[in-house]
Amino acid sequence: MYSFNYVKVKSLKQAGELLAANPDAKLLAGGMTLIPTMKARLAQPSHLIDIAGLAELAGIGVKDGRLSIGAGTRHHEVAASSDVKKAIPALAYLAGLIGDPQVRNLGTLGGSIANNDPAADYPAAVLALGATVITTQREIAADDFFQGMFATALEPGEIVVRFVFPVPKRAAYAKFPHPASGYAMAGVFIAETANGVRVAVTGAGPGVFRWQEAEAALAKGMSPAALDALTVAADDLNEDMHAPREYRANLVKVMAKRALAALGNV
Amino acid sequence: MTTIEVTVNGVKHAREVEDRVLLVNLLRDELGLTGTHVGCDTSQCGCCTVHVDGRAVKSCTMLAVQANGATISTIESMAQNGKLHPIQQAFTECHGLQCGFCTPGMIMAVAGLLKENPDPTDEEIEHGLEGNLCRCTGYINIVKAVKLSAERLRAKR
Repeated sequence: MYSFNYVKVKSLKQAGELLAANPDAKLLAGGMTLIPTMKARLAQPSHLIDIAGLAELAGIGVKDGRLSIGAGTRHHEVAASSDVKKAIPALAYLAGLIGDPQVRNLGTLGGSIANNDPAADYPAAVLALGATVITTQREIAADDFFQGMFATALEPGEIVVRFVFPVPKRAAYAKFPHPASGYAMAGVFIAETANGVRVAVTGAGPGVFRWQEAEAALAKGMSPAALDALTVAADDLNEDMHAPREYRANLVKVMAKRALAALGNV
Repeated sequence: MTTIEVTVNGVKHAREVEDRVLLVNLLRDELGLTGTHVGCDTSQCGCCTVHVDGRAVKSCTMLAVQANGATISTIESMAQNGKLHPIQQAFTECHGLQCGFCTPGMIMAVAGLLKENPDPTDEEIEHGLEGNLCRCTGYINIVKAVKLSAERLRAKR
């Protein structure tokens, strides 16, 4: 990889100051996406600002029907947390499917969401659960956060601090992983929230999206049969060497039905 | 350049390293611990797996500077006083290796898996080793080796 300057910071304030002073600096948490990207010379940051382990980004807790998870929390911590398993077991299940065990030991929730890979798992959960993304500057609703492939609402220098998930009545996640990479070819997260059922799809399109026809159908009755009459529009889905768009469109429907069936168990 | 201090297999080392040096290269080139291997460019194969602060990580996907202050175990720490670790012994007995290139990383991943789950099912073993690729064995004997390791480690407790 190209050379850069590494700084281990002691606070978010210090991280913010470094980001402001160095426009080509990047934050480093788990590094499970950034380091491979830099090894391939596809990224060339001037500085790496290591925020891993910062207390300000740590912690999992439930209060007043809301699950709060610090952005620095590693995937294995989310997967193993008794708080998460009790409040939103589908989220713990999802975290346990990310990458592989070694990746889960280092990768973070904040890093995954800020990166917004179109095939990442967490965006589906954040969007379906209607979570709030708390940053160093403001609070951003999930519906406003994801803005397409690797694009989010984050401003330069803005750091993700914490996620607050309203605890749903029920939720489930079903993912069809690519056999080699493990990334979602289609991943569907369904949540029965206080404001109705939300269905978020990752892996199939240029970014995570809500399948609104499914939400409308399920609002009338939560059964896999409700989805039978629906088709996913293939035009906007990804077509690449892994699958044509029609294959992904079908896969979304299959995963949605599996998630629905799993709702009964969570 | 950054000065770091790492404890590797119980021994403290202080080194000045370029910020971009990978942990795997610190271990192999600087400390001479060549049991940890580099097998791919894409963080997929797991040949480089070591334990950092008690957890299995891919050392090719970590900077040496990130490991400053950490406690690291490599494959060289598994055998003690010339005696194979039970996991290594099980891999030998079950023919869980052929060329041996993936084996150090595989064993470190198994050690991590069995620490969390001392009695894994076949499915849990396969899921727990998703970060480690083997081009020789087809994995069947690896799963057998893990089951035998688990049995022996449980018996030791």
